[in-house]
Amino acid sequence: MSQPISLQDLSETDRQPLVHLENEDLMPLPDPLGSPAEDHAWTPLSAQCVERFECALDDTCAVNVPRPKTPEQEKELVARFLSGLDKLFDKENNWTFLQPLLLTMEHCTGCQTCAKSCHIFEASGFNELYRPTYRSEVLRRLYFRYVKHGGLLSAWQHGSIHLNWPLVARLIELSYRCNLCRRCAQSCPIGCDNGLVAHELRKLFSQEMGIAPREIHEQGSMLQLKAGSSTGMTTEIVKDNVAFIDEDISERTGIEVRTPWDVKGADVLLIHNAGEIMAWPENPGAFALILTLAGVNWTMSSELAGYDSINYGLWYDDAQMARMALKHVEAARKLGVKQIVVGECGHAHKALCVTADRLLTGDLNIPRTSWLPLVRDIVFSGKIKFDPSRNDFPVTLHDPCNMVRLMGVVEPQREIVRALCPQFREMEPHGVENYCCGGGSGFAIMSGNNFPDWRFHVAGRKKMEQVLQAFADCIGPETPKYLCAPCSNCKGQLRDMLAYYDLWEKNRILYGGLVELIVNAMTEVKPGFIEWEWR
Amino acid sequence: MIIAVYLSMYAGLLLFVGGCIWRIREYARLPFHLRWELYPVPHEEPSRAKHGGSYFESGDWWLSSQTMHSRGDWMAMFREIFLLRGLWEFNRSLWLPSFLFHFGLYLAIAALGCGLLAGSAGAAFAGGALAPLAILLGAVCRWTGMAGAGLVLLGAALLLEERLANPALRNYTKIGDIFNLIFFLAAFILLGTGFFVQTAPVDAVFRGALRFDRSLHVAPVAGMGVVLASALAAYIPFTHMSHFIAKYFTWHSVRWDDRRNARDGALESEVAASLRKRPTWAAAHIGADGQRSWAEIAAINPAEEVRK
Ligand code: SF4
Ligand code: SF4
Ligand code: SF4
Repeated sequence: MSQPISLQDLSETDRQPLVHLENEDLMPLPDPLGSPAEDHAWTPLSAQCVERFECALDDTCAVNVPRPKTPEQEKELVARFLSGLDKLFDKENNWTFLQPLLLTMEHCTGCQTCAKSCHIFEASGFNELYRPTYRSEVLRRLYFRYVKHGGLLSAWQHGSIHLNWPLVARLIELSYRCNLCRRCAQSCPIGCDNGLVAHELRKLFSQEMGIAPREIHEQGSMLQLKAGSSTGMTTEIVKDNVAFIDEDISERTGIEVRTPWDVKGADVLLIHNAGEIMAWPENPGAFALILTLAGVNWTMSSELAGYDSINYGLWYDDAQMARMALKHVEAARKLGVKQIVVGECGHAHKALCVTADRLLTGDLNIPRTSWLPLVRDIVFSGKIKFDPSRNDFPVTLHDPCNMVRLMGVVEPQREIVRALCPQFREMEPHGVENYCCGGGSGFAIMSGNNFPDWRFHVAGRKKMEQVLQAFADCIGPETPKYLCAPCSNCKGQLRDMLAYYDLWEKNRILYGGLVELIVNAMTEVKPGFIEWEWR
Repeated sequence: MIIAVYLSMYAGLLLFVGGCIWRIREYARLPFHLRWELYPVPHEEPSRAKHGGSYFESGDWWLSSQTMHSRGDWMAMFREIFLLRGLWEFNRSLWLPSFLFHFGLYLAIAALGCGLLAGSAGAAFAGGALAPLAILLGAVCRWTGMAGAGLVLLGAALLLEERLANPALRNYTKIGDIFNLIFFLAAFILLGTGFFVQTAPVDAVFRGALRFDRSLHVAPVAGMGVVLASALAAYIPFTHMSHFIAKYFTWHSVRWDDRRNARDGALESEVAASLRKRPTWAAAHIGADGQRSWAEIAAINPAEEVRK
């Protein structure tokens, strides 16, 4: 049921959360997760967190904005917000997204078509706070009032809103209740983009006020710019780890693999999400094996950030995004490679291949592309022999929004799984109409306070429903099932959710990437590459 | 009365055209932005467009130039403009009211066109060779206009009911939205009623307006209808109802804008110009001082600065 909250509630000064969700309020899930009573209880926010931080939106707190101590401080923060608001609509400051933002601000009809497409709104039991237009409408009213300096006539036409610090503080949190998956934008009959609104709000908070969740700023983009990777791995460590992976893969598959580093003039510079190297080493290992067997002239780079494709700036900060994209192409330029190929990471695909396309000129404008067509072509080239019966278990495919809806890489992954996985079944809907896994826009790596409770119960709920439906005919533990997610971020979210709901232990649903399925089906490789063990 | 009718027609048309030009210029002059397309993109190669794929699905795409299959765009635009495909697919319950309303408007615009043509044909060649054409166009104008007014009224009434009755729209409906629908209802009720009373036919009004013929008689209700409709036309470009303009940009400049920035291609110079802009964002890690350009800011490593 939709909660009767209004836009004005955002300015409430009592510092009470505007909504509270119970398991019973949420969108029902199919079995074995059908009983709200048996679902996990939400961990309440700690008293210390509520005391220190602005947590007056809902049941959780993502950003940890310190509470101002005096009314003067509040005033100053509101003034900084207003100055950022002006810059958001200024050509020098926001040339990067001004046109789509303005069109969204000035032409929404309020028809609510987008609401039907948002997995977060639906999963929350259609809670008004999470309606895609709720935050957009707040920004829209602020825009007409403070940027366009609208008076009474404007308020009559565009509505009004009371600006104060509680509103700004709640808006900061609310900008982190959207996966930026842009499924809502796809359905808008005008072409307005509520995902973009969340993105632009995050930018305002980061670029003007220096406010962003620690996990994506200090421990994310800043750490990557400092150490070379948000995992903290420096060049020496990453090389050590990859050497270990090479050894392990060679042993497991019976085929000698050695990852080439810093090969000048290579055809392909492969950049992984370095999280793979740490958490799922079989993934870079499988890549190395496939490229080696196919005889591709490839390399990895040991330059700062040249070995970690992630680009968290995409979610919250244009400057950080541009900086990271530059680091990636500079690594490629130094080596003089022909192309950069991005490994299994959705947001890295989108950031480097699509968004950064209009940031690069001259010798930095190096072709950047997805690993999928390259590997699809290898799979169908006949250079490697496959035995699909090795993959004869139920497989479903999660579509990372960043590769699919936002980049148009839809079929290559399907061609591969259709050819190599006899029991492949699609989720519904899929392809460009997919649902986000719930980890998008940074959520998969955000685990402060009780945020995971919200992330699993709300953001990831729709995806869980899809997964359970895709495996409905074999949901029992007697059949091992493979949820294929060719994106590190999605994989992290799916791992956490499957663990939270015990779906590996009880129902034998394992998650993993796509290259693992490819290697598992290679006849040259010792059988059993996929080990059916939880990690 | 007739003078007021003519003046309002001229003013309405002028403001409508002027307002539209102003809005188009506003959006067209906004800076080139980062790529932000959404798939499916219909001008992709047809075998890919059908599943929403892009050129990124093929290897070595940069070795050949990008081809745009504009037929796909035209088909998609036709379906969106005339059949409201988006609503049909994603919000079926709103499709009928919206379709009636928009289709009614298209008919009304067609009637306007026929009326103008009939008026000019009649005015220029009164009693001459084009007289039968003027008579035919006049009849088409009257009947199309009538059908259009009927559909607009039905659609607007249903949309108004939706606005008032659907709790989901409560937070998002402004007084202005209700006013807009009532404005449409009032203008088209008067225009429609004008059809049934003793008055000069619409095409005659157009002819009269072209010649500034003060002898023409229009009934007050029909005259009021024209005045109100002209005011409505003048008002639309200055409200969110000008989404017919916005949609051109949201589709062509955002959702479907997948133009590649090819090395040494035309887009590169636009990129270079954007990178010369000088932001003033205040957060310390950005390092903007109003002097540094975007390119210089992108080259800063704030983590290194912190380490020093
Ligand atoms: S964003 Fe689009 S779909 Fe959503 S309410 Fe506005 S116009 Fe309608
Ligand atoms: S971008 Fe995705 S998560 Fe955000 S409002 Fe739209 S549909 Fe919902
Ligand atoms: S985490 Fe995965 S599914 Fe979710 S937005 Fe990112 S790419 Fe999309």
